Amino acid sequence: MDKQFSIAVASGKGGTGKTFVSVNLFHALEQTGLRVHLVDCDAEAPNDKMFFKTDLVDNKKEIFQQVPVINLQACTFCGRCYEYCRYNALFFVPELRKISVLYDFCHGCGACLVACNDGAITERDDLLGEVNTFVLSQNTALFESRIKVGVHSSVPVLKAAIQQAAGADVLLMDAPPGTSCPFVQTVARADYTVLVTEPTPFGLSDLKQSVQTLSSIGIPCGVVVNKAGLGNREVYRYLEEEHIPLLMEIPFDKELAAMYSGGKIPAAEIPVWKDRFTGLYHQIKEQYGISSRQR
Amino acid sequence: MELAVVSGKGGTGKSSITAALAVMKQKLLLADCDVDAANLYLLFQPEKTLEQVYVSGHTAIIDKDSCTNCGLCMDYCRFDAIHLTEEEVQISGISCEGCFLCSRICPEQAIRMEPEDRSRLYAGNFRYGKMVYGRLFPGEENSGRLVNLVRQQARDIARKNELDLILLDGPPGIGCPVISTITGVDKVLIVTEPSVSGLHDLQRIHELCRHFGLSQTVVINKHDLNPDMCTEIERYCREQGLKLQAKIPFDPQMVEAMVKGQSILEYAPESPAALCIKNHLEELL
Repeated sequence: MDKQFSIAVASGKGGTGKTFVSVNLFHALEQTGLRVHLVDCDAEAPNDKMFFKTDLVDNKKEIFQQVPVINLQACTFCGRCYEYCRYNALFFVPELRKISVLYDFCHGCGACLVACNDGAITERDDLLGEVNTFVLSQNTALFESRIKVGVHSSVPVLKAAIQQAAGADVLLMDAPPGTSCPFVQTVARADYTVLVTEPTPFGLSDLKQSVQTLSSIGIPCGVVVNKAGLGNREVYRYLEEEHIPLLMEIPFDKELAAMYSGGKIPAAEIPVWKDRFTGLYHQIKEQYGISSRQR
Repeated sequence: MELAVVSGKGGTGKSSITAALAVMKQKLLLADCDVDAANLYLLFQPEKTLEQVYVSGHTAIIDKDSCTNCGLCMDYCRFDAIHLTEEEVQISGISCEGCFLCSRICPEQAIRMEPEDRSRLYAGNFRYGKMVYGRLFPGEENSGRLVNLVRQQARDIARKNELDLILLDGPPGIGCPVISTITGVDKVLIVTEPSVSGLHDLQRIHELCRHFGLSQTVVINKHDLNPDMCTEIERYCREQGLKLQAKIPFDPQMVEAMVKGQSILEYAPESPAALCIKNHLEELL
């Protein structure tokens, strides 16, 4: 394989089992001898690391964003920067000759810097979070994105993690929940997306939103139904109607839940689960092949 | 009073517990702040009285006829959204964050900004009072700002109708929509579950709430799924001086209730989970 194959594991609803599928799939792929990189893109709540018995960070890279600093001596209070800013990140009261930056809202776009004709704005680096690399074996590594508590946007940090992880045979991205920017920025970088859902009305509603997003950006997807046996059949009916492949079903099982909640990977403990997740990878490759031929 | 229900980790049971709190209170304003994945309206089927367009942002579009492919916009874009592909400057709508800078500096004025106007804010009546919720169109941005609008609307309606409780169902995570959900509320209820991920994310959300100086209390949902992890979470709460409000047992009827479009308190009021919620969470309201 000469080109990296990127798989995103995502879901609209939180807690459906994205991380469960990601770490198990990662473990199964590890056994095949492929070069596999796992990226934890859920920078707000990164959990992948806890499933690997390692505390050794092989590389820690801090991620910064450039934010403006206003020199009040040089500022003429003309208000151009305030007009340029689209994120309400500048607080400006011309009558009081008062201007300041609301750093929580700043996206670091640099527009205020361009707006200023008086050379009153410079920039400094603001820490957003970090990307931690854990080398797990000769062929495998985990790249964890993690925002600093209190930071609003996780996007720059998760993008940096995906970039750093490049160069594998298979890149597995554990996506953040939801369907807004952090989710989109992850799945947009995938060749194929695995959507994990649960067979409940909440699961179905959020699945529909994710499918809609993926089809609008043209990324093929298939579905893993987790906690099968709970809930109802509506999700299955939807998949059939929309011709979305059902890649795998994971039954709800108290023992499995207990094992996993303690930080153990079932595919590493129970041979049949390793085989099932190897099977999931083959399903993904096959479905990806079908969708590329259709395009 | 404003009470926000959050969790850090998704799928711990925030919405199910929020729904149960709503049933217990009987008369309140319920605001669904999980605008990416709004779910409470599925349970409560509110009768809509208000629908508002929410412009989440703008996306840059290049007019091919006037573009000279000079590439100046590429130099200015900080979001890696503009690329030269087959000798043509192209903007990726996915990466564009709508800062307008390219449209301002283009010497040919070949870039226009298109509003993203497919997200909505809704308000309506439901069986226990009033409800406000937002639905962010998939892929659109600025969910935090939509949450702010949901909260503003919630306060207005609560005041007009003399509802003394605003109950907020928050999104997972600790990023912008969560910050918007908890800013300035009177109390935060953190719902966690007995797993390594649940504990880790509890630590992150607790830190965030502390950062904002908020009063917090914790519920461990499905506590019996992993007794060892549950003990660890209890220890963490003690160390941090966090009040543990309740330990709710795992109960498949929680899911069955959702399938029936009901809260557990309506569907199975005598079930172990329902009784536990009634006994331990009522004092929060």
